[in-house]
Amino acid sequence: MFSYYLRLAWISILRHWGLSLLMVCAIGLGIGTAMTTVTVNYLMSANPIPEKSQQLYYVQLDSWDINDPFDDGLNPPDQLTYTDSSNLMRAKQAFRQNVQAQAFGVIEPADPEMLPLIVNGRANTADFFSMFNVPFIYGSGWSNQSDESKEFVVVLSKETNDKLFGGKDSVGESIKLEGNMFRIVGVIDTWQPKPRFYDITTGAFNDSEDIFVPFHLIADEKISRSGNTNCWKPTGDGFKAFLASECIWTQFWVELKTQQDKEDYLQFLNAYVEEQKQFGRFQRPIDNRLSNVMQWLETQEVVADDAQMMMAMSFMFLIVCLLNTVGLLLAKFLGKAPEIGLRQALGASKSTLFSQYIIESACIGILGGILGLILAYLGLKGVEGLYGDYMKGLASLDTNMAILAVVLALVSTILAGLYPTWRACNIQPAQQLKSQ
Amino acid sequence: MLETGLILRALARNKIGALLIAFQIALTMTIMVNAIFMIQDRQQQMQRESGLDEANTFYLTNTVFGQDYNIQAHLQTDLHMIRNTPGVVDAIQINAVPLSGSGWSMALQHESGEDKDAVGSAIYMVDDHAINSMGLELIAGANFKPADIELRKEGQSTWPAKTIITKAFAENLYPDDWQSAIGKTVYISQTQPMQIIGVVEALQAPWNGWNGVERSMLVPFKREAKGSYYFIRTEAGRRDELMPIIEKALAESDKERIIRRVTTIEETRKRSYQQHNATNKILTTVVITLTLITGFGIVGLAIFSINRRTKQIGTRRALGATKGQIMRYFMMENFIISTFGNIIGCIGAVALNMWLVSAFNLSPIGFELVAFGVLALFIVGQLAVLYPARKASMIAPAIATRTV
Repeated sequence: MFSYYLRLAWISILRHWGLSLLMVCAIGLGIGTAMTTVTVNYLMSANPIPEKSQQLYYVQLDSWDINDPFDDGLNPPDQLTYTDSSNLMRAKQAFRQNVQAQAFGVIEPADPEMLPLIVNGRANTADFFSMFNVPFIYGSGWSNQSDESKEFVVVLSKETNDKLFGGKDSVGESIKLEGNMFRIVGVIDTWQPKPRFYDITTGAFNDSEDIFVPFHLIADEKISRSGNTNCWKPTGDGFKAFLASECIWTQFWVELKTQQDKEDYLQFLNAYVEEQKQFGRFQRPIDNRLSNVMQWLETQEVVADDAQMMMAMSFMFLIVCLLNTVGLLLAKFLGKAPEIGLRQALGASKSTLFSQYIIESACIGILGGILGLILAYLGLKGVEGLYGDYMKGLASLDTNMAILAVVLALVSTILAGLYPTWRACNIQPAQQLKSQ
Repeated sequence: MLETGLILRALARNKIGALLIAFQIALTMTIMVNAIFMIQDRQQQMQRESGLDEANTFYLTNTVFGQDYNIQAHLQTDLHMIRNTPGVVDAIQINAVPLSGSGWSMALQHESGEDKDAVGSAIYMVDDHAINSMGLELIAGANFKPADIELRKEGQSTWPAKTIITKAFAENLYPDDWQSAIGKTVYISQTQPMQIIGVVEALQAPWNGWNGVERSMLVPFKREAKGSYYFIRTEAGRRDELMPIIEKALAESDKERIIRRVTTIEETRKRSYQQHNATNKILTTVVITLTLITGFGIVGLAIFSINRRTKQIGTRRALGATKGQIMRYFMMENFIISTFGNIIGCIGAVALNMWLVSAFNLSPIGFELVAFGVLALFIVGQLAVLYPARKASMIAPAIATRTV
């Protein structure tokens, strides 16, 4: 029977091709728009490190001005002072810990023919690589030992290694960075977490860095830091004074394995702040926070307002398209009243008619879904073209989304078809036959 | 109208189709009004003046990596060379570029000391050529003199004694009379005095999304920094020709630095507002498609209802109704449905706007926009129903005598 209904549906779609086309277009546009915005939102809010996002915590301490709280007192400062992150680092109270900041430098290639290269860098400590599951092609990250003995080591990204060494295993070789020789200990495989959760303050959708160097080099002024700096108190002259200041510019992550570890660490942080209060720091009420990866992405509002507004609007758009479809299906099915009356008179049951018209709606839904998928694909290409770098890698349709699109189209069209179908099945055969 | 009652009674017997159209109109209205509002909001932000001579300025970054590099001496020769290139109006070293997204900000306060109210401002560290190089308009006070320019070492925390601020900043500091700012002393870094010696008409901060984007100040500093910008203004129309010439001259003059990112201000503006532009294009597309879909929906349903009523229409015609009357009936019907839809739509539009206001800090919509939405949808409805109504009026009276 199913294939028979399918054939009937097909005949009916072809006979009223104008109405059918209108419905398919309406559903296609609705689904296409909704899927475009859903995909953008879905990719913006994706979990960049699902295997351990629950165990990685971003540390916030409220070291700010007692008279003029950071973020109007809603959230503690989004970074830590150098003093605090160094103290926490030394305390080693977590399973793993990493202090980091953005850095940059110039590499002078050994080959005098090659031009010097400006690179974006990250200054971090040894645990960075194991905490964030960074994949390596050659070698590995440096050890805690290297941090302590203040070695000049560097980890290169795949692109930098390709540029400088033509992609070969460069572990053990040295590069001249900011006038100093650095020993290469590892080369990272392609690694672009989206969002780039480990540093949101400089752009959640930026590319990952070209090189990674030990954090201690910043304090020793061997490498220049970049990124955001916020100060509430005047600083003294010189870099030493800056390091000792209340300016925030470092980010601190810890890895804690269990809920208990997390509570213990929070206890430790509170005790630390109490202790600092004795030195006249941390004059605001204690507001220490540990946010796991997804909580941190949420606090930092990684999903842009624009994207959320557009998603809300696109769903309303989809509803308009569905209302349209309801209206048109109603028109179509009621237009067949004489035919329905005749079939009922010849013995067709209500449930037979019901399945036939639902199948017809479903067919229109699937066609609309396929059109919607094509439109969503074009829409995402368009979004990528319009937004440029900002959306790079954020506008692609994966299988999950494709399936969701067709299912959404199917379900919504069947829902849209319910009322018209019900009306069609309740046509009085006697009345229809009388008028014939 | 005599027919109004008739139409209403007919609609009441056949509610669903009319309700569907009304709801479509309502939702279309809700989305349309808010989308247009969002577009206008962005458009306004994009139209704010940067204060620069945008068409004839460009900048580049100069990154020094050589050890034992005499930054001061090179800065002197670089600026001398650029300023003397034929076609160049003027050039400066600067720490940040308007609209570029990255820069430096400090707060100024009326009184010295901690815990005093302070107003944030973008900081541009420049010399006495800034006003000429950037194409700013000095509307009160005086420019810096060469003797005012101090050298700023890396990590230095003291500030020079003079500053030039924007009019918007002066209005913020002295709301009663911005001109009184001239000669006043304000405090930077809580305790360091600075005298306001001049006011420029406009100069935007580097961050277009900041609510203080119109507040900027010039401070007379030349910087001894390894990374800085050179900001260059050319004679009208000569920018594109001079960009590669200056890049080449600087790059070849010494090998211990990298000259990069030679960029025009026009390009910077474009990039700065790329997201705004993209969002606006998408919203415009949504509004147009939505209106079309609603329009076609109205056409589809009207044709259907006319087909169903063929015989009645024929009968009315046979009883003496004119073509015009038939057309008027359907146009009137659409008008009534549209009115209903528009009333719900107004409520929806305001409700959605209230949500946007609370969730995303937008400002409330104006009455004119809602009125525009109502008018637009009435027109769309009437246009959409025109063809079906004409078709209905063509129905021959003789049809009444035939059985279908």
